[in-house]
Amino acid sequence: MNRVEGRVKVTGLATYAAEYPVEAVAYAYPVQSLVAKGRIVRVHDAEAREMPGVLAVLSCEDPPRLAEDADAELALFQSRDVAYRGQIVAAVVAGTYENARAAAAAVRVEYDPDDHDVALRSDHPGFYRPDVVNPDYPSDTVKGDVEAGLAGAAASVDVTYSTPVLHNNPMEPHAAVAVWDPEGRLLVYDSTQGASPDRDTIAQTFGLPREDVRVVSRHVGGGFGAKGSTRPHAVLAALAARAAGRPVKIALTRQQMFDVTGYRTPTIQRLRLGADAGGRLTAVEHVAYEQSSTLVEFAEQTATPARVMYATPALRTAHRLVRLDVATPSWMRAPGECPGMYALESAMDELACALGMDPVELRVVNDADAEPEGGLPFSSRNLVMCLREGARRFGWRHRDPEPGVRREGEWLVGTGVAASTYPARRRPARAFAFVRDGDYVVQVAAADIGTGARTALVRIAADALGVPPDQVHVELGDSDLPEAPVAGGSMGTASWGSAVVRACEELKRGDGKEGRADTTDEVGNDARLARHAFGAQFAEVRVSSVTGEVRVPRLLGVFAAGRIVDPQLARSQFIGGMTMGLGMALMEETLTDEEFGGFLRRDLAQYHVPACADVPHVEAVWLDEQDGELNPMGSKGIGEIGIVGTAAAIGNAVHHATGHRVRDLPLTPVKILSRF
Amino acid sequence: MDITLKVNGTPHAVDVDPRMSLLDLLRERLGLIGAKKGCDHGQCGACTVLIDGRRANACLALAVAVDGSEVTTVEGLAKGDDLHPLQAAFIEHDAFQCGYCTPGQLCSAVAMLGEPGPSAVTDDLALDPELTPEEIRERMSGNLCRCGAYVNIVKAIAEAAP
Repeated sequence: MNRVEGRVKVTGLATYAAEYPVEAVAYAYPVQSLVAKGRIVRVHDAEAREMPGVLAVLSCEDPPRLAEDADAELALFQSRDVAYRGQIVAAVVAGTYENARAAAAAVRVEYDPDDHDVALRSDHPGFYRPDVVNPDYPSDTVKGDVEAGLAGAAASVDVTYSTPVLHNNPMEPHAAVAVWDPEGRLLVYDSTQGASPDRDTIAQTFGLPREDVRVVSRHVGGGFGAKGSTRPHAVLAALAARAAGRPVKIALTRQQMFDVTGYRTPTIQRLRLGADAGGRLTAVEHVAYEQSSTLVEFAEQTATPARVMYATPALRTAHRLVRLDVATPSWMRAPGECPGMYALESAMDELACALGMDPVELRVVNDADAEPEGGLPFSSRNLVMCLREGARRFGWRHRDPEPGVRREGEWLVGTGVAASTYPARRRPARAFAFVRDGDYVVQVAAADIGTGARTALVRIAADALGVPPDQVHVELGDSDLPEAPVAGGSMGTASWGSAVVRACEELKRGDGKEGRADTTDEVGNDARLARHAFGAQFAEVRVSSVTGEVRVPRLLGVFAAGRIVDPQLARSQFIGGMTMGLGMALMEETLTDEEFGGFLRRDLAQYHVPACADVPHVEAVWLDEQDGELNPMGSKGIGEIGIVGTAAAIGNAVHHATGHRVRDLPLTPVKILSRF
Repeated sequence: MDITLKVNGTPHAVDVDPRMSLLDLLRERLGLIGAKKGCDHGQCGACTVLIDGRRANACLALAVAVDGSEVTTVEGLAKGDDLHPLQAAFIEHDAFQCGYCTPGQLCSAVAMLGEPGPSAVTDDLALDPELTPEEIRERMSGNLCRCGAYVNIVKAIAEAAP
């Protein structure tokens, strides 16, 4: 079965947020702070107001009314304080995009700047322990005696890794069209991963009852977390429309996206591992150092995978956060697991080298019966089978473990392995199924950001109803539909699908005409178990001894993620995540400008994402995993696990190829060459 | 400024702001939303259209500069209800996820298949190269896909190639 919206996407008819035809729409263009910290003395906008077509200028000089409890990143123009370079400090509304942009360039903001502090460094005096890390995990955990475990180990590693600021960069820039009706109700066409929560946040920001706000997002051009929470552009569109008395459209530029739509925090991670002569872990310690803004505490759960992955008698995990004069970090594909598993799985490879043990076998002997922190049993865990199946398919048993010895001309060749994991959660949702013109319609305020949610839900509903998929129509992407959680945390299909199945069952049980479901009670009664998907990734790399360039001719991922709802969609999700992981390994990096604050490389010519020629062969397969403790579909989320472990597998392969360990992502030619 | 151009065979006479790009003309004035704005700087390829038969980034062309041209967008690829073979192959091979880069990928591929001559990965520069997967990847690398559908895009193009 192909994607149900395939035809509108290949013919250019699918409407993304900025593309809804709205009469008399005007355009807003933001003005961004040029200082990283300070106070706005005066916004000089007289010249801009005189320019052609200008309808309104917004700034803190005449603060538009917003609720007092608005999120600090969304409370536009409410304060004269600047928290980071690139923050939106003013905006111009005009009848055309060209006029709005030109007038925005004419707005001059006068600052009283303060000294700023934007650099994450391991000796920063401002580090503190957050109360919890996202979404609600304890910041620190301790089990057993790590120091004793390390002291008694036959082999140990004590290594520090760093990962840079990363930007989600969905292809569709964040955009919104806001329309107020005469009764004061607000309609926002928004690029969002969740119409219901976006509606709630916008309503809260404007102090409106949520019945008075509607968010529509039928097609979303990727998100990867960047559209998982309401971003300032949506608030700005609504403010601008209120000021101009007309519908207003805003589409952020690619450069503006780098500043105001979130990013993955940079991390510094120290790993200490010890093992006995047989490879069994005697101690694991994972400490992550990260940043947030002065506005909002965002504490990424980077060290949490160590609480899940390997059996050990001694385990300590900790997170330390520092508040800098930077934009607030946010969610990016597999927040926590992705950077955390890069470090843990790289350290496991180093430990295997120290032990003289095969890295697949090291992971196998340390497989866990229950979560190493807390001891919860797993609903299912097939990491070992993923490793074994991957090793078989990849031809791992022919591997010579000696690093730096395979040379083909200028190219050094190596292979590497790493494990993947991601939690399998679900949240309450509602759905409504009914008969229309002899077909079945299923409504749920889900979001299809490219995951194939529409298609997956059609299959799920068709299965539940016992009818062919072409008799089922799924309606999503609208907050007026039954309430649903965000497309994030790899729990969309599990959450929405549970509600869809229950609504379809209700329809069949009742009059056959309609059925409604609310899974709040069902989800609340889920047994306490450790639910996680697992996987194993294998990479082959070729490293040029002349230029330091790393090529990845082969990537293989083997996953155990419950029942796969749709093989074609699942494969695309897995290989898509792995492709993004390749970018993280080799090229993706936003620089922080220590002199002026803010970010450098704010476009796609400087922030490199993988292009077609970078990705010759990515293969993803999965095990047939049965797990009755998940949801009616038996599925685990698959949107994020693909990116977890890829960078470690590639980094480990680079070590195998060259004999050199680079512990600082991305693995750019200059870092590789400096080791030769 | 007054210009005339043909878009997907339909003539248009429009008065445009000299600062307006072809991409904004298509999207904001002519109601053709198929060409996407991903970066507005010629770095992502989402806005790729055909200008007089050649692939080009619509964000890098000023509207006034295409006065008198014939432009084809993704909306002009299908013949009525019959999809272009590349469009059908993209659906069949799941060569997209979010779909935002897809119109640019499709227009780029349509033009690419008609472009003769060697590329950076061609071994023998004297020959018209066979369209191997490596050649496709090289020739399609101006069109970014953040969802990571490249593997499927290459398969779709290889299948639809004449």
